[in-house]
Amino acid sequence: MNNPKQRLMTKAMVGQALKDSVVKLNPVLMLKNPVMFVVEAGTIVVLLMMLFPSYFGTESSIGFNLTVFLILLFTLLFANFAEAMAEGRGKAQADSLKQSKKEMTANKVTEGGGVTAVPSTELRKGDIVIVSQGEMIPGDGEVIAGLASVDESAITGESAPVIKEAGGDFSSVTGGTRVVSDTIKIRITSDPGESFLDRMISLVEGASRQKTPNEIALNTLLTVLTLIFLIVVVTLAPIAKYLGIELSVPVLISLLVCLIPTTIGGLLSAIGIAGMDRVTRFNVLAMSGKAVEAAGDINTMILDKTGTITFGNRMASRFIPVGGEPLASVAQWAAVSSLLDETPEGRSVLELMKREGYAFDEETASGGECIEFKAETRMSGMDLKDGRKVRKGAVDAVKAWVQAQGGEIPADLIPSSDAIATEGGTPLAVAVDDRLYGLIYLKDTVKPGMKERFEQLRRMGIKTIMCTGDNPLTAATIAREAGVDDFIAESKPEDKIAVIRREQAEGKLVAMTGDGTNDAPALAQADVGLAMNSGTVAAKEAANMVDLDSDPSKIIEVVAIGKQLLMTRGALTTFSVANDVAKYFAIIPAMFTAAIPSMGALNVMGLGSPMSAILSELIFNAIIIPVLIPLAMKGVSYKPMSSSKLLQRNVLVYGLGGVIVPFVGIKLIDMIVHLWI
Amino acid sequence: MGIVQIAIVILVLLLLVKPLGTYLYLVFRNEPGGTDKWFSWAERPIFALIGLKERRGMSWKGYALSFLLTNIILVGAGYAILRFQQVLPWNPNGIENMESTLSLNTMISFMTNTNLQHYSGESGLSYFSQMAVIMMMMFTSAATGLCVAIAFIRAVTTKGATVGNFFEDFVKAMTRVFIPAAFLIAMLLVALQVPQTLKPTMSVTTLSGSEQQIAVGPVAALESIKHLGTNGGGHMGANSAHPFENPSPLTNVIEILCMWSLGAALPYTFGLFAKSRKQGWIVFSVMMTLFIGFLSLNYAAESSGNPALNRLGIDSSQGSMEGKEVRFGIPQSSLFTTVTTAATTGSVNNMHDTLTPLGGITPLALMMLNSVFGGKGVGLMNMLMYAILAVFLAGLMVGRTPEFLGRKIEAKEMKLIAVVILVHPFIILAPTALALMTNAGQSGITNAGFHGISQVLYEYTSSAANNGSGFEGLADNTPFWNVTTGLVMLLGRYISMIALLAVGGSLSRKQRVPETPGTFRTDNGLFAGILIAVVLIIGALTFLPVLVLGPVAEHLTIR
Repeated sequence: MNNPKQRLMTKAMVGQALKDSVVKLNPVLMLKNPVMFVVEAGTIVVLLMMLFPSYFGTESSIGFNLTVFLILLFTLLFANFAEAMAEGRGKAQADSLKQSKKEMTANKVTEGGGVTAVPSTELRKGDIVIVSQGEMIPGDGEVIAGLASVDESAITGESAPVIKEAGGDFSSVTGGTRVVSDTIKIRITSDPGESFLDRMISLVEGASRQKTPNEIALNTLLTVLTLIFLIVVVTLAPIAKYLGIELSVPVLISLLVCLIPTTIGGLLSAIGIAGMDRVTRFNVLAMSGKAVEAAGDINTMILDKTGTITFGNRMASRFIPVGGEPLASVAQWAAVSSLLDETPEGRSVLELMKREGYAFDEETASGGECIEFKAETRMSGMDLKDGRKVRKGAVDAVKAWVQAQGGEIPADLIPSSDAIATEGGTPLAVAVDDRLYGLIYLKDTVKPGMKERFEQLRRMGIKTIMCTGDNPLTAATIAREAGVDDFIAESKPEDKIAVIRREQAEGKLVAMTGDGTNDAPALAQADVGLAMNSGTVAAKEAANMVDLDSDPSKIIEVVAIGKQLLMTRGALTTFSVANDVAKYFAIIPAMFTAAIPSMGALNVMGLGSPMSAILSELIFNAIIIPVLIPLAMKGVSYKPMSSSKLLQRNVLVYGLGGVIVPFVGIKLIDMIVHLWI
Repeated sequence: MGIVQIAIVILVLLLLVKPLGTYLYLVFRNEPGGTDKWFSWAERPIFALIGLKERRGMSWKGYALSFLLTNIILVGAGYAILRFQQVLPWNPNGIENMESTLSLNTMISFMTNTNLQHYSGESGLSYFSQMAVIMMMMFTSAATGLCVAIAFIRAVTTKGATVGNFFEDFVKAMTRVFIPAAFLIAMLLVALQVPQTLKPTMSVTTLSGSEQQIAVGPVAALESIKHLGTNGGGHMGANSAHPFENPSPLTNVIEILCMWSLGAALPYTFGLFAKSRKQGWIVFSVMMTLFIGFLSLNYAAESSGNPALNRLGIDSSQGSMEGKEVRFGIPQSSLFTTVTTAATTGSVNNMHDTLTPLGGITPLALMMLNSVFGGKGVGLMNMLMYAILAVFLAGLMVGRTPEFLGRKIEAKEMKLIAVVILVHPFIILAPTALALMTNAGQSGITNAGFHGISQVLYEYTSSAANNGSGFEGLADNTPFWNVTTGLVMLLGRYISMIALLAVGGSLSRKQRVPETPGTFRTDNGLFAGILIAVVLIIGALTFLPVLVLGPVAEHLTIR
């Protein structure tokens, strides 16, 4: 499901959406969208006038009324289609999730200690189940005994199994994932219908979508604009009548529909659903739309150093010879010692050697025996077939090993290794038998591209704070390299909360990522907390978003999505409201020219006839909705830049564009419509 | 030459903005020092008398309740005086008691700072009523508006649950702003030949030997507060077109500046409260831009004369002088018309009924917007409301929850603002339609056709914006007009004031969001442009259809 190239719409989706757009005509469903409800009411009135012309005295205008009715009907259908498409895309995603939520049997531990098979849907919070190799985990829970590797690809798309064990930060398991080895005992932590998967499904389907605060505020504005134009149109009839101008009801309804913000009214819910969908597509599970919007407002971001900003594992960055040994031999032996070492540190030593342009003798190294790293020895390396032993490891361990074989310890070993440590690096000593060659300088490395990301964040007005357990010196070095604004060294979990509170007291919204149980309070305190799916249940419950891929740097994307969501709403509202300027110029002269011929002077667009003007305008009003559906679904493009530039650009595109586009569009449609009328 | 005259007046206004704005800030910032040393001696006995020992800050609700109660009591007292003025003192001309619906209309009209006059001052009011009701109301309604605006400014610029103490503000507005200013201006007007007397109407024999009644009275005193308080109700029926109210071009300029300067200074005061003078200047420049736009429309239309007369070959080099005073000419009349409707004063020095159709759009449109300078405080409040709307749209467009002066605009504020932007068109368009549908309404119209629509529309727009100028020509002293305009004035004044105070109250309690590069700035030219667009699209487009049927159609048919 983690497939960014998924197409915007598929054939099946469109078919379902077409069906749904008819179902959604139900006025009860329409009520939640006041703008489109008014359109529907108008449509029904025109329909009645068309069906019973003798009752309304509209025999002479059946053809016109029919046309108006059809255009209005399509306006409604288009708006419904937009919503149905957005929901359809969510459903498609939900369906793929549902596949992993098949009915299954769980081995529940009864009070007596025995095991009974029960359907997974009957499991309640607190129940304990046993899951063995090859079985599906029946629900979200926490491992309370045992250790197993679990295949979470159904949720994360990551194929490599992960280790789950009781206690610690890797105890949480997700329903629908599969145990691939061993057996674990799990305490279920969610009731049926409330599990991760359930929540995710209902969120992407749009079923449990609640209106966000910003959406409510915008809806209020749209409703009041609709009411204002209702007043305008209702009062216009008697005012015109005073002049002896009879305005027909379908014409008044056309005026009303054109003036009320149907474009944004029709697309509003689609924008919301599509926004959530985009987040889910990123494999981030947001607990509510509110959380996504809050992400757009973030002022401060607290990031863990390890795993987010740096790779977390230390990389070899330099070879340092001791005791007058040549640099080349340090590099050579360091490489040999790492030849069979599959850890990232080991790989990085080989890469560094190549980068520095050294080589080792393949012949010497071949056929050697790998000595793995052990906690007792704190060394790893290779026993060569010629009997020599090559080792790299913690400086004191290697030193002791060399001394034990009667070797001399160069005098500059300790000063050099201390120098590395004070700079925040980790020194590894390299030795062959009784001879100590030198040191490998291991350094925490900032992930590529992070510096640019932080630069972008700064332009967006977001301050970044790095949290690390390192000493201040190391922290400062990494902070400088990564380009974060601030850092907390030697930080304890409490420090994070303190920082969050401090920032919040200044009125800032704070986002943070975390995975451990001791991150939970801070995740709860933060305005946007992104927990890693690999983290503990406590962390996931405290957060309002969970990243299924457990990639902490994703919070940056979530912020962009939140902003994009708001921007899309704002831009389309502006566009919709700006459209009214042109619409007035089309419809007002059309309404009155028959009675007041001199009014023709206002027909600046030179529209063919009053009737074609009204129809063209209605058609424009209807087709602009499907034209904008892709924009509503994808969101307006967003590049991090200062708000002034962003606003300038959007005002130009959607504000000024909103004034100009309908002039052109209505004129073009009129040129076609006027061929008949 | 006309443009130079106008430019000079605007220049003088610009010079007044900063000192006046700073003065208002010093008066109302409620910190010791400032203007205390000159006025506290006069205020101390007043505060003692009304038992205002500790001037504790009020919540927005307390503030709203206080100003409403004060207004209700004043309306009651004034109503009683009007109904019994015949037997009350200072009635040398033996004026009769006022009829009940007219009294009600008059009271509402003056309390709401509208000063729509369905009576004629010379024949309808005793001197006592002029001074005890009309002038008193002119002071109190102006002070009320100013106080509410100050409370609103405090609410949106400072943090806390209180917005100030109404009674303290009210007294200060009197002692430190209106009374001293009105006194100075009245003296100045007396020096410039405006009458100020309690003598009865004079009877004189004219050169041709006929007997003429010349109305006089305490005109200068009323004239000064009429403009300072953007009230607009004249002592004479002819208002500031009357040579005793406004004898010369110089008094005309003084009156223009009186009604304009306080309203124009308030954005600057707002900037000082917001600790961002630039923000104040941006609001001011938006007002000024709209003002100059509408002024140009009126000036151009009036100077080019009446198209129908031009076609007959009548010399129009003077412009359309019908209904205008020769001593003012087109520029002084045009500027007065624009200022009096922008500042919602409602005094007139020329008859708006005889403006050319296009020229007539200017006063109508300015009252419909009701936010270009505006009356005491209300204009600024409305403009800030549009600013909040603009911030809402623009804020969304930069991808953040919209914020204004560091406070988030959320559903609650939008709901309250929704009420305000809904009420204004409703109370203009609904009664206009009603009047045009019914006999009671139609019978008051003196010009049928397009102009009739303009007459009715003008009456209700003027009432809703609490402007009070009449298009005149409308026979409006009937129970129908008295009651409907009375209601419109009430709703137009109090709903928006209370709702906006509530917005302020809600904003003041919010946590301030600190400014970052991601914050959308409201103190630059881009925002000014957006604000102008929002004012025009949301505030004005609503009225376009009816304007098309009234003045626009009239213009198109006579051109």
